[in-house]
Amino acid sequence: MNTTPGGNAENVLEVKDLSKTFHVSAGAAGTKELRALDGINLTVRKGETLGLVGESGCGKSTLARTLMMLEQPDSGTVRFEGQDPFGLRGKELLKWRRRVQMVFQDPFASLNARMTAGQIISEPFATHKDMHRGTAAKTKRLNELLDLVGLRATDASKSPQEFSGGQRQRIGIARALALDPDLIILDEPVSALDLSVQAQVLNLLNDLQRELGVSYIFISHDLSVVRHVTDRVAVMYLGRIIETGTTEQVFDSPLHPYTASLMSASPKLDPAQRPVQRIVLQGELPSPLDPPSGCRFRTRCWKAQPICSAERPEKMTRNESGKIVLGMPGVGLDNAEHLAECHFPVSNPAEAGLVRT
Amino acid sequence: MMTEMREPTADKATANDTVLEVTGLDVDIRTPRGTVRVVSQVSFTARRGRTLALLGESGCGKSMTAKAIAGLLDPVASVSAGRAELNGVDLNQMTAKQRRAVAGPGLGIVFQDALTALNPVYTIGAQLGESFRIHRGANKKQAKAEAIDLMRRVGIPEPETRVNSYPHQFSGGMRQRILIAMAVALSPQLLIADEPTTALDVTVQAQIMALLHKLRTEDHMAVVLITHDLAVVAEEADEVCVMYAGNVVEQGPVDTVFSNPTHPYTKGLLDSVPSDAQRGEGLSSIPGSPPELNKIPSGCVYQERCPLVSAICREERPVLRETGVAQRAACHFSEKVSSAKVSTELANSFEEENR
Amino acid sequence: MTQIQEKPATQKTVKANATQRLGRPSMFSMLLRDKFATVAAVILSFVILLAVFGPVLMGELATKQNLMFMNKEPFDLSNGWAYILGSDSLGRSMLARMVVATQTTLLVAVPAVLIALLIGSLWGVWAGYHRGRRESISMRIADIIMSFPSLLLAVVVLFVFSPSAANIVLILAITRIPIYMRTARAESAELQSRTFVDAARTFGTKPNAIIARHVIPVVTPTLLTLATLEFCFVMLAESSLSFLGIGIQPPDVSWGLMVAQGRQYLQTAWWLSILPGLAIVVTAVAANMLAAWMRIATDPAQRWRLTLDKQTKKSLTTVIKDTK
Repeated sequence: MNTTPGGNAENVLEVKDLSKTFHVSAGAAGTKELRALDGINLTVRKGETLGLVGESGCGKSTLARTLMMLEQPDSGTVRFEGQDPFGLRGKELLKWRRRVQMVFQDPFASLNARMTAGQIISEPFATHKDMHRGTAAKTKRLNELLDLVGLRATDASKSPQEFSGGQRQRIGIARALALDPDLIILDEPVSALDLSVQAQVLNLLNDLQRELGVSYIFISHDLSVVRHVTDRVAVMYLGRIIETGTTEQVFDSPLHPYTASLMSASPKLDPAQRPVQRIVLQGELPSPLDPPSGCRFRTRCWKAQPICSAERPEKMTRNESGKIVLGMPGVGLDNAEHLAECHFPVSNPAEAGLVRT
Repeated sequence: MMTEMREPTADKATANDTVLEVTGLDVDIRTPRGTVRVVSQVSFTARRGRTLALLGESGCGKSMTAKAIAGLLDPVASVSAGRAELNGVDLNQMTAKQRRAVAGPGLGIVFQDALTALNPVYTIGAQLGESFRIHRGANKKQAKAEAIDLMRRVGIPEPETRVNSYPHQFSGGMRQRILIAMAVALSPQLLIADEPTTALDVTVQAQIMALLHKLRTEDHMAVVLITHDLAVVAEEADEVCVMYAGNVVEQGPVDTVFSNPTHPYTKGLLDSVPSDAQRGEGLSSIPGSPPELNKIPSGCVYQERCPLVSAICREERPVLRETGVAQRAACHFSEKVSSAKVSTELANSFEEENR
Repeated sequence: MTQIQEKPATQKTVKANATQRLGRPSMFSMLLRDKFATVAAVILSFVILLAVFGPVLMGELATKQNLMFMNKEPFDLSNGWAYILGSDSLGRSMLARMVVATQTTLLVAVPAVLIALLIGSLWGVWAGYHRGRRESISMRIADIIMSFPSLLLAVVVLFVFSPSAANIVLILAITRIPIYMRTARAESAELQSRTFVDAARTFGTKPNAIIARHVIPVVTPTLLTLATLEFCFVMLAESSLSFLGIGIQPPDVSWGLMVAQGRQYLQTAWWLSILPGLAIVVTAVAANMLAAWMRIATDPAQRWRLTLDKQTKKSLTTVIKDTK
């Protein structure tokens, strides 16, 4: 699952300044604006896994739904291999749909209990009629898919209730693979599963990527899982991506104080990996209806200064000699770059108590 | 905002530190097809100022064990054997009235789902003050003062104004704090925490665990922590009981058990945790899934997923026996566990799960 | 691990065993498993047979007046089998009149219910799936229809147009459409937010196909149950219209009309309205029980209940009782 970053690998997906605002009713006060996505920039390269990390309410599910065109963005662009899916209609749109698919979090709610496993997996063919013509071709493809995710041909006639959680998630994965996608958005694919089963599903995803060359966007709140499966990571906070970089960069030497506190707060099995000092953040995620001015993290940040409430921070990076410098202007798209939106980024892991000096 | 990493309590336990002693606990559920044993021969001891973790995957019986101790079992379930002694008094022999007298001062419980555990139509102050009015005969005013005090203790900002708020006006983390406040209101000797942080985000989880740790050290409570998260156990607990299919398969000090597991299930679980070493490789995983409770095999409960299985495992259920210092495991082949490959790679795990 | 997750284990146990033993059961064997549903099915088949063949067999007897046998009490064999259910004020056989009335009754009630069911549910499902303006406009229309007393509406319309059977069917159907619409909308609005519907959207499936594949199969059992209740209501509404003289016109006869006509003799000849009333109730209850069975039989998650043998069912009931 790990391709070396850098190089000239092709971008499968490019997202620029994507914003989405919901209008929620606030009783007598009329409606309030909820900025679920606030200028999102990200790229996914061919065959790589991009991790999307953040706490509940940070907008990562909205981002996934918007990329799947289940929500319409207010502004910004999405380019999938140069094509804007929101501009597509009719047959062109159907063709695009084949290339981007999604696996949902809840293996129980995402499968219609009234259908059999076979019907669920071959459901996409009912819409994409030209893909596998005739019953024989469809059955053949169904059996291929079942085999691919480690289910048996006889499982096709069973209903979802007869499967365990892990097997249900395999059905969900098979359904997402049915149309031969190039990009799969995995929305918390293993968080509903037990540990011993979780490993099986992660292995399956890894193998599928190796075999089919498919790219993943892996959304999760479980940092140890993200660290294991992703090549690059984007950290979200209140509708913004506040840090991007390769998995090693983000996990081993985070720039943004929020990322550092996430790394610090997540419990570690191995005593050697535990932080020297644990950062325990005060308070909780501010309401997205009323986000803080300037830097959105300042209300919980231990490094906050007056400037943090006044100005939205630029993208900063750490140069080769370990100095914090301004990131290249207008980027965030360059995969290799480790960037964070912060006035006072963490200068080195020891500062955040992550390692012994 | 930075806190020193906590070290698990190091002081040695003595006999009179024992708060809760569970011996040979069996819990049965009556079903149309006969009785199903969901907890079988569970024994452990919770000591003052120390945390004992019940660790296991969903359906392993860890919550049932806690409910049996707290007297909160469903009517279809019942304790059919064993004792659960709180300070030497068997909780299972108590009448409902005696039990109510013990609840609160003796034992407090924190549930996973903080929203459903709070009554939506009463203010937080009323719910927090209730135990003072029942057990201490406090009047309304005193109870409210105590409630404010408690809220301050568990770190809820502006307790004087928030005491009159309703549960839905609090965030998930704050609600969990309120639940903890309710559980520790009367300074119980035993606190049972059933997946207290499962529904919470990682930064909030850290806050709650820090709070539990603080309360435990301040009040010298014994804590029984029920969880499926190995990392939480590794960081918070002093001792661990690993449960599988209703049985304790391994127990002992966390450090020993995690560094030198003597049951193949414990080792399999530890290996399934994604770690740096395996980045980019396949994770080792345990093939198959836990047995349904009505289909627990005779003989060893883990035989269907165990790579060390042999004839004796199918015939005879292993009992817990000493495998190290204060460490016990229920396996016929504990000695082989450390050297054996207990988890399978991807390829053959599919077939196994399908069986 | 929580209470919620561990409790169903007991149910799951039974379920697993039941499916293992029988595989997927046929509808017929599932019908036989439910005694109430079996009886209901027999009653309904009998009513339908009566409706089809009744007028041919007893049409003549139903109109034959015999003043010698005025207002004879029922269950008196000395008057001959034709008067087993008594006779009316013109000495006509109640048995024959009820048999003949079956056809008219069903010819009004069944189409009225079916038309309302079809239009109301499709409209409601469509409105609920799309939400937004389509939903609010549809619901306002439903409110307008509902806020009119349906009988008053019927009276007005039937006074203006002729009170023919077709018009009665139409007016009864229109006034009952909102009932189905509301239920269908509510269920469909909930379903459209489910993850498996989102999944279907991500394949590019068209809304109508999603409605057909994921929404309608789920809402149908509820709506059918509602329809059987409505069946009862429509029969009674028809009787009220008949009572006002704008329903079924004599010499045609329906159960509702018979109830209405017999009402003035309630003190002296109770059977004139009680017996047809009983026919309405029995038919409606039977339809209702069959619907309750169908609800379970068509739901894959519930179906296993109908595959249990007697003993299992009994012990399961005790378990459920204990839980409460």
